Amino acid sequence: MTLTIQGTAGTDAASTEVAVRLDGVSKQYGKGASALLALDDVSLSVDRGSFVSILGASGCGKSTLLSLVAGLDPLTSGTIDTGGHRVSLMFQEAALFPWLTVAANVEIALRMRGVGRAERKKRAAELLDVVRLGGFGKKRPHELSGGMRQRVALARALAQDADVLLMDEPFGALDAMTRDILHDELERVWREQRLTVLFVTHNVREAVRLGDRVVLLSSRPGRVIEEYPVGLARPRRIDSTEVAELAGAITDRLREEVSRHGRA
Amino acid sequence: MAAHDTVTGLDALELGPARDSGFADAARRVWRATWPKVLAIALVIGVWQIVVLAEWRPIFVLPAPLTVWEELVDVVPTGEFWDAVALTMGRAAYGFAIAVVIGMLIGVAVARFAPLRAAIGSLITGMQTMPSIVWFPFAILLFKLSEEAILFVVILGAAPAIANGLISGIDYVPPTWKRVGRVLGMRGFALYRHLIIPAALPSFVSGLKQGWAFAWRSLMAGELLVIVPGALSIGVRLQTARDLNDAPGLLAYIIIVLCVGIAVDVIFNVADKSLRRRWGMLQA
Repeated sequence: MTLTIQGTAGTDAASTEVAVRLDGVSKQYGKGASALLALDDVSLSVDRGSFVSILGASGCGKSTLLSLVAGLDPLTSGTIDTGGHRVSLMFQEAALFPWLTVAANVEIALRMRGVGRAERKKRAAELLDVVRLGGFGKKRPHELSGGMRQRVALARALAQDADVLLMDEPFGALDAMTRDILHDELERVWREQRLTVLFVTHNVREAVRLGDRVVLLSSRPGRVIEEYPVGLARPRRIDSTEVAELAGAITDRLREEVSRHGRA
Repeated sequence: MAAHDTVTGLDALELGPARDSGFADAARRVWRATWPKVLAIALVIGVWQIVVLAEWRPIFVLPAPLTVWEELVDVVPTGEFWDAVALTMGRAAYGFAIAVVIGMLIGVAVARFAPLRAAIGSLITGMQTMPSIVWFPFAILLFKLSEEAILFVVILGAAPAIANGLISGIDYVPPTWKRVGRVLGMRGFALYRHLIIPAALPSFVSGLKQGWAFAWRSLMAGELLVIVPGALSIGVRLQTARDLNDAPGLLAYIIIVLCVGIAVDVIFNVADKSLRRRWGMLQA
């Protein structure tokens, strides 16, 4: 099944270019009797500049999907086309390197792209400003809070000059207050930097709060079972009735999917 | 800007108020670390003095602390003493440096190639537990009574511990860091230079520390067993003092050996602590 939704707030109407296209993607781990089919025939196309939330219960292969798009894992079948866009991936843990300062953690991404020393310094400082951590470049990661570390990780991802950002439950380990603020921040950076975001989460409200659309995956194996366009105007609030209403409908569908496994 | 204020406000709250540690704080810390050591030394000297006063052994075999102290005061300013220290420390540094290079090469090779690990992984650990003194008869056969014989055993003693430290450091690099490395496009040498080696550093430093302890022990054993003509090392001085029944001299050199061991240990601990502080593995 193929889903294509275009037209997103924050980007020009002319840009209907597809940034990421998945065609019949399957991923199987292992072989023979112990083989595990993680993803089954997933097709999805993501417009440039759009924000797509990918939602599913445990075992739906959400993380696998992102690993495949990032090129960290080989596909079993199907194709993924990122059309020459640079892709970066963020995880639930910020995974900053503790032996480097905050600024150096951003610079390392630039260095891997062959950016010169002076330019690295300048660009890293700019990117830390983007995530509002301007004065924190000389700190060590452990001196920052969890939310701040995640913002450094975002700056590092931006330093890769990626215009496609894959996010694997990036706010899952944060408290509600911090998460709420980071939603605003991510939304702002997404618009300012004209990113395309694939955002994986198991938090339904978060998916609705952020996404132009929400793609619902089934579990074991992961298949696209439903897709919800989110027509709500931005900026949204996670506790607004509109978000709650759509989240409620999606949750019902998700419960149905989960209980299917209980009966089997 | 309201949103901006919320972000920075939350950051400020989460970081907590800044604590400044003044001079008085530092002095208190030094004192807290020092007095137990001073007390321990005083206790040892006290017990020693009591044993001497009880005349458990004749005074020329077990001299009083004050006699040994006077011997130390006599010996330490002499050129001969510093020649001996220079010779011994030179051997230690040279042997240890070679052991570091060999240990690192073996460590990286074993960590990278699974068949090599299967082949010699447990051999390295076995070598590490071996008392290095058992190598000396063979080393003397191989190299005669020479510097090389001592060096050979020092390296055999230290290299396995250093290799093991590096191997376990590389083994325990968190998978999330490795994934970040792949996302950032780190490959081959750059991966080792920017990720694996720095990430393995804490474990590598403790391997170095252990390697040093083995090197120092092997060296002392070597200097007592392998007397190289003309090389008046600390070991030779110990041997000579025994031959002359010079108990104060003997004890003075034993104390020197102890002090060198402690001094080097302090250096490693400082390195280890600053590393842990930077990584945030220590409470400030």
